[in-house]
Amino acid sequence: MKYISEFRQQHVAQHLAQNIAETAKPDRQYRLMEFCGGHTHAIFRYGIQDLMPDNVEFIHGPGCPVCVLPTGRIDNAIQLAGHDDVILCTYADLMRVPASNGNSLLKAKANGCDIRMLQSTQDALNIARDNPHRQVIFFAIGFETTTPPTAIALLQSHSEGLRNFSVFCNHVLTPAAMQAILDAEQPVAIDAFLGPSHVSTIIGSQPYEVFAERYAKPIVIAGFEPLDVMQSALMLIRQLNEQRHVVENEYSRAVTRQGNLKAQAVMQEVFEIRPQFEWRGLGLIDNSAVRIKPKYAEYDAEIRFPVPAIQASETRGCECPAILRGAKKPQDCKLLGTVCTPENPMGSCMVSSEGACAAYWSYGRLRN
Amino acid sequence: MCLALPAQIISIHAADMATVSIDQVTVEICLALVDDVKIGDYVLVHVGYALNKIDEEEALKTLSLFAEAGLTGNA
Amino acid sequence: MSKPYRNQLNFTSGKIDMSHGGGGRAMTQLIDSLFIAHFDNALLRQKNDQALLDIPSGRLAVSTDSHVISPLFFPGGDIGSLAVHGTVNDVAMSGAQPLYLTCGFILEEGLALADLQRIVVSMAKAAQQAGVSIVSGDTKVVERGKGDGVFINTTGIGLAPEGVNISGNLASPGCAVLINGSIGDHGVAVMAGRENLQFKTTILSDSAPLNGLVAAMVADSGGAIRCLRDPTRGGLATALNELAEQSGVGMVISEQKLPVKSEVRAACEILGLDPLYVANEGKLICICEASAAERLLAVMQSHPLGREAAIIGTVTSDPRHFVQMTTSFGGRRIIDWPVGEQLPRIC
Repeated sequence: MKYISEFRQQHVAQHLAQNIAETAKPDRQYRLMEFCGGHTHAIFRYGIQDLMPDNVEFIHGPGCPVCVLPTGRIDNAIQLAGHDDVILCTYADLMRVPASNGNSLLKAKANGCDIRMLQSTQDALNIARDNPHRQVIFFAIGFETTTPPTAIALLQSHSEGLRNFSVFCNHVLTPAAMQAILDAEQPVAIDAFLGPSHVSTIIGSQPYEVFAERYAKPIVIAGFEPLDVMQSALMLIRQLNEQRHVVENEYSRAVTRQGNLKAQAVMQEVFEIRPQFEWRGLGLIDNSAVRIKPKYAEYDAEIRFPVPAIQASETRGCECPAILRGAKKPQDCKLLGTVCTPENPMGSCMVSSEGACAAYWSYGRLRN
Repeated sequence: MCLALPAQIISIHAADMATVSIDQVTVEICLALVDDVKIGDYVLVHVGYALNKIDEEEALKTLSLFAEAGLTGNA
Repeated sequence: MSKPYRNQLNFTSGKIDMSHGGGGRAMTQLIDSLFIAHFDNALLRQKNDQALLDIPSGRLAVSTDSHVISPLFFPGGDIGSLAVHGTVNDVAMSGAQPLYLTCGFILEEGLALADLQRIVVSMAKAAQQAGVSIVSGDTKVVERGKGDGVFINTTGIGLAPEGVNISGNLASPGCAVLINGSIGDHGVAVMAGRENLQFKTTILSDSAPLNGLVAAMVADSGGAIRCLRDPTRGGLATALNELAEQSGVGMVISEQKLPVKSEVRAACEILGLDPLYVANEGKLICICEASAAERLLAVMQSHPLGREAAIIGTVTSDPRHFVQMTTSFGGRRIIDWPVGEQLPRIC
């Protein structure tokens, strides 16, 4: 697979591992927060932590949109699906996430709700076109990578006059999350950041520059493949050694400083910033999410349908919030492996394939 | 987040749609977020949309960065 | 001599209706013109409620399966061939030679007779290839909306040869783990046939009867084979975990040695699936004594259904019964039991 396989070569990994071992100074810790769930997955899937020296540690961050979605919003989605004439369209990632009262979209589907899993917002538009007498709601989640596709679908439905299509918008913003981590009242010790791969193809590397400067933390925009992750770790280690703190772009084959201007324009056309949005584990964060502009209110499921704010409570003992902040590790959660397992997940970190707990379950248990 | 994969454009259709291929598996995607793509280009695909073109030159540069010598001069 | 039927069944545009399950002439006509006509053998032609079988004394292997796959027709097979292969394989995994199959049909009102005929013809062909006879059956019809076109149940019986002891609880530390070919083909082929997934491939289902391959393996080194299992739903991962649990052992397999077609890999990347959890219908896992591994590998590779066979790992002593995999990067991960059906993901 071109542009994929070349970035997974094992012998190159060995070479990079050696470089990292030689570059990392033995007298300090290197705590690197990998911000993107895709990086969490790659680190575990390829056992990259095993190739690092002991003093280089990856800390998992909140870059998993499934994990940070508040339970109350899934409860809302289930409520929406419960309306008789509604077809709720969602990415499959959300189907098994536990909602309140042991419910989930998968269970709601089994109970008779018309919930359809799709791969693309284009599928949702097709469903709306094919079912003119049903209300088709798209359950939109994701960071800036996934937001432009929602915007395109909304614009297309507007230009076609697809009156039965609407979007339940839960799109969130990466720089705000990074800021929340850095500004946390009880900050977690983090030396540097591996910046997200695909969010950055859209927003560019420029938005991170303020963090590197203001908080004096090196940031490297890292590609998705294991060699990218390792090279990026090396670049962060070098910056820390040299006491530099700038934004570097390892993923230059897909990321530029200004990003994808067309995608940014489309987002700006459709969405505006929400003053506040709740993030699981991080609480209410200012200017961290978007909602549909009044201009397109007709396609906003939160206006078309009643969507009451639901304050869902966390399962007692579930450490997802702390894990998402990087304050705790999966092993620190008492529920892990006892009550909380992949068959019976208590929180989103175990359900999402990018979640730290799911990753630890598959890969991390062997290291203990 | 984001499973995004590089894929090659093998045909372009009306209404901003295209067929891309990864190792002979073909997928229909939307080109509304990119400009100036032609058959043969590689694009990054996420949730059925092309997000960006892959820059071949930069890809090669990155690969050669990996192979660079470390502190001990081994490459 | 039975009364001739007034009208022929219309296999071009006819549909199944409730009368075909009613026990009367309509049902008998369906059975005569379709099932008996194609499954044709002396036992079926007797038209008894049961088939009386002459079986030499020995151990009988029996297995049953219900098939509910959708879509009914997919690249490389259909629900009919799948049903025959599936049960033939389950019986063969004991080392037994499959002999006879039964099949029960639950047909949905409105099913096109053309589709049913296509399925039955396919089953007859599959049975013939596998060397088994379909000797008894049943037909029911359910109302429209209460079935997915057709459900098929098959039960198979076979004869286990003397001196062969193959069972899931016989793996022991040091044994080798082999597979006869590439994983994930069936699942990917079926998914590509589903409308809501927008990808296309040339991958065909690997659905096939494995009894010939098993017979060759048993004939050569039957005494050294400890376990045989066909990894179907839940993929290779599930079957390996089942065997590890049954035998009370662990396993370590090597990612680099796993045969995976490049198209299957690409399709799994696109959907965010792991080939280890994707269904197969023409594959078997063989756990054998280490000393016999190379020999068995050669036997498998010289059979049409084993050309891509490989030794993929070893059985270990592990009180946790973990199935582990050394990754292409040299790290290790646990191959856990899957939770329900693997769903495509975007992140």
